[in-house]
Amino acid sequence: MISEHRELEINGLTQFPTVLGGVVPVINLDGVKQGQIRLTGTVLADIFLGKIKRWNDPAIAGLNAGIDLPASNITVVHRADGSGTTFLFADYLSKVSPEWKEKVGADASVAWPVGTGGKGNEGVANFVKQIKNSIGYVEAAYVKQSKMNYVQLLNHDGAYVIPTEDGFKAAAANTQWDKAPGFYEILTNKPGQNSWPITGATFVLMHKSQVNPAQALAVLKFFEWAYASGDEMALELDYIPLPDSVVQLIENSWEANIKGKDGKAIFSVKH
Amino acid sequence: MSKIHFAAKLKRQLLFDRIFHKVTWFFTFVVFALLAALIGSLIIGSIPTIKAFGFDFLFSADWNPVTEKFGALVPIVGTLITSMIALSIGIPVSFGIALFLTELSPPWLRRPLGTAIELLAGIPSIIYGMWGLFVFAPLFAQYIQPWLQNSLGQVPGIGFLFEGSFMGIGMLTAGIILAIMVIPFIAAVMRDVFEIVPSMLKESAYAFGATTWEVIWHVVLPYTKIGVVGAIMLGLGRALGETMAVTFVIGNAHQLHTSLFMPGNSIASALANEFTEADGELYTSALIELGLILFFITFVVLAFSKILLVQLKKREGTAT
Repeated sequence: MISEHRELEINGLTQFPTVLGGVVPVINLDGVKQGQIRLTGTVLADIFLGKIKRWNDPAIAGLNAGIDLPASNITVVHRADGSGTTFLFADYLSKVSPEWKEKVGADASVAWPVGTGGKGNEGVANFVKQIKNSIGYVEAAYVKQSKMNYVQLLNHDGAYVIPTEDGFKAAAANTQWDKAPGFYEILTNKPGQNSWPITGATFVLMHKSQVNPAQALAVLKFFEWAYASGDEMALELDYIPLPDSVVQLIENSWEANIKGKDGKAIFSVKH
Repeated sequence: MSKIHFAAKLKRQLLFDRIFHKVTWFFTFVVFALLAALIGSLIIGSIPTIKAFGFDFLFSADWNPVTEKFGALVPIVGTLITSMIALSIGIPVSFGIALFLTELSPPWLRRPLGTAIELLAGIPSIIYGMWGLFVFAPLFAQYIQPWLQNSLGQVPGIGFLFEGSFMGIGMLTAGIILAIMVIPFIAAVMRDVFEIVPSMLKESAYAFGATTWEVIWHVVLPYTKIGVVGAIMLGLGRALGETMAVTFVIGNAHQLHTSLFMPGNSIASALANEFTEADGELYTSALIELGLILFFITFVVLAFSKILLVQLKKREGTAT
């Protein structure tokens, strides 16, 4: 498989991130309060590998002293369709569990060892809400909209965190965007005391060489406006705007990478 | 004068006839050309997986987009089992509906009931899927699955079909939703064919002292068997290819289970779910080959029903 950066090069494309979102493990477990259950990455991987089969497994009980966990089977719910949410989730599990990396790996769809597939985030959210003792993963926005019960995860720095805006922002802030060619950064298992461990960005792809410079400029102007004035709109939709320092890097990359047929930069950064 | 006029008119009409003939011939040809193009493009699209996996594709239960190992066994089995469940529930119920409407129902009830059945046939499949997921599945998990496990699940030999936890979704749920979807189709066609049985035939049988059941079994059914088989095939065709409703309730898991309570996958549902973000040549090609297999299954089913009809016709007259 060729690297993602090479893939961009071969096709003459450049990419930049737009907004951030988080992926959140959600559960349906009676008698447990919102965000009360604590899980580590390896335990989460073992649940999705089918190795941990019951909620009162010592591996889960050990992390959750004082919570009365039922002896019932865990029903795993995953995405049925290919999805970036799955990619982020599987990428995180690959980083924290060597067994997951070896047996399953990370992609937009993977060969799930156990579980039931729901179509789309709403499909997974519905299955988790309907099936008692289930666990699934959805985009953070759906946790809020569907009022679901989520878990705390142990992050890279050893702190238990709940999925919040600040947690996603912290993951983005603790990423060295300038070191990644094409901003190719997957924000999973990032350092930082507050970082939510499964975060990711959506990307826009553009041709480096533009046939119609006026059109390309209009597109870039739109994104410039979106970065400058779209933060609140993104938050309303439960997406997280990028830190300003990253936006600066992105606009610099436009000037450096996106050119007209004559080789002149189309966008010039205001200083 | 009138003779010339008549000849001109005749000539014009002959010309119209010829044009009409050509046009209808062309329409038919277009359909065949489309069919050939469809099969052709499915085959061309499947070449990468055919080369990579050969016949193993049909018998392998692997489906791993990460390592690009694909096999069609799980969706093929899922498609066949859900369709079989659908027909085994759908045929008797539809037969009963059609019988009631044509033979037993009071005349004033026939029209509203018939219209209701036709309305059911017109409901978009996604509605059945949503209803299945939001209404049927929770009730099924709460009441019917525990009951099935405690009754049929205890019968030796078939008990393994009803093992596992009560999720409400899975192969059995998909089969039942499909049954509900095919019933209006099968029932409507059966009713139409039952209605064409000449009343003279039925009345003669009644005059001989036949019971209602005997009339139905020995007069109505033999007279309409081609139509009845056609109705069943129509239902089977819909069950095999149904996509949205199945996707909602089948559980979409590429795993083989012996229990009908467990999630599975069907060909149409796998296609609907995975085409959107199938990256890589082999992945896309595997999905296209699934489509080709579904096409082939449908073709075999149709061919089989034609053979069945021919056999039935041959036996006609020899049976007593």
